[in-house]
Amino acid sequence: MRFTKDHEWVSVDGDVATVGITKYAADALGDVVFVEVPDAGKALSKGDSFAVVESVKAASDVYAPVAGEVVEGNAALSAAPETVNADPEGSGWFAKIRVANVADVDALMDRAAYDAYLASL
Amino acid sequence: MTEATMKRTPLYAAHVALGARMVPFAGYEMPVQYEGVLAEHRWTREHAGLFDVSHMGQAKLRGAAPLASFEKLVPGDYIGLKEGKQRYSVLLSPEGGMLDDLMAGRPDGDGLYVVVNAACKDADFALIESELGAEATLERLEDRALLAIQGPEAVDVMVKHEPKLAELGFMECGVFDLFGAKCFVSRSGYTGEDGYEISIPADKAEAAWNALLADARVKAIGLGARDSLRLEAGLPLYGHDADETTSPVEAALTFALSKRRKEARDFKGAERIMAELGGAASRVRVGLSVLEGAPAREGAEIADADGKVVGKVTSGGPSPTLGRNIAMGYVPPSLSALGTRLNVIVRGKSQAAEVVATPFVAQRYFRKTATA
Repeated sequence: MRFTKDHEWVSVDGDVATVGITKYAADALGDVVFVEVPDAGKALSKGDSFAVVESVKAASDVYAPVAGEVVEGNAALSAAPETVNADPEGSGWFAKIRVANVADVDALMDRAAYDAYLASL
Repeated sequence: MTEATMKRTPLYAAHVALGARMVPFAGYEMPVQYEGVLAEHRWTREHAGLFDVSHMGQAKLRGAAPLASFEKLVPGDYIGLKEGKQRYSVLLSPEGGMLDDLMAGRPDGDGLYVVVNAACKDADFALIESELGAEATLERLEDRALLAIQGPEAVDVMVKHEPKLAELGFMECGVFDLFGAKCFVSRSGYTGEDGYEISIPADKAEAAWNALLADARVKAIGLGARDSLRLEAGLPLYGHDADETTSPVEAALTFALSKRRKEARDFKGAERIMAELGGAASRVRVGLSVLEGAPAREGAEIADADGKVVGKVTSGGPSPTLGRNIAMGYVPPSLSALGTRLNVIVRGKSQAAEVVATPFVAQRYFRKTATA
């Protein structure tokens, strides 16, 4: 699993990356009450806002950690947005993205680097 | 504002000890949540929530005729306010706009006790002093904290400390010996629930806070849930749902315009306000049920059935009690009837909404008589 400074995680299987927000981000948001995930086929550049996650208080964008094309949005989150809090780095995933360049994922932080980054905040 | 200049309430250390997430609000470091907004919201609706609202502005107005003096600033009947009662009102601009909303009451025979919003308090108190000049003096009660305990079990919690509080009716107030101090206590709040607001000397606040939290029915509740609770109760938040351009008629606060004052037309902005009461308002605050899609929050546009933008959402979000999205905002009176179908625009998407009655969630105030 790889991580971004915007607190997204990426897990690659072949050329498909599963993307979500980290436990740190989910805890910081608090109770998630609404999630908007992208439709399959949507083309993403790195840094594009591709999903929205909303707590009671506010709406936050989720940014594409790498470029690619959306294969699937996690439709289960519309009925059960609280999954993002319960299992942020598992069943609370947001989208699967066919990655344009798998090497882009390797360039992201690993768990140790992300933990060090969190400690610096 | 930098952290060094942020103010703290007398309960700051207690919030930190409870693990609160502290955020800047109206110049103060305040607890936005402890365990989580949803849990805190539900706890308050089912049990009793304890809020630190010490950032709000408390003052005593004294003078030869402080009630008559105060009427120069507001459209409410304060001359007729009996000792032991309080009343909601709005501070008016010369144009009839709202400079703030407030509570003013007579817990004792000593002048008028006034509570205003934190973000407005310096301006409010300066205005009151400059308007009233030598006829009245305003003492800011900087040495007092303000707690609110709200929820269906609040009364049971409080009568353990003072049995007489059971008899206090909604919007009644008095001075009570609580937690080793003389406290101003009113049966009021801003959540839609029964409950009390307790003004207590700052040096007794933390002991009172901990004594109340020692009751298993009571949990500390942050500003996040305070906001979702007051939204469900249909209560406007000044600075969001009303501002200096908004009249009390537009803000759907006509209950704050007392009969005697309307007949006398002797308040600021009376010309505009009376014309609006007669049907001249161009907009009015309504409740909206968002029928599909994402929460519609402050700033979201409201469109009519043809897609024409007719107003804006001023507060909105999910209702934990109702399990759907609610909002308030301003629309032309012609589109304000209950059941009117409108749309809210969220991130470019049009979502169906409907004008509904407020409060969204029934208020549960303890009213002693129907005429109180």
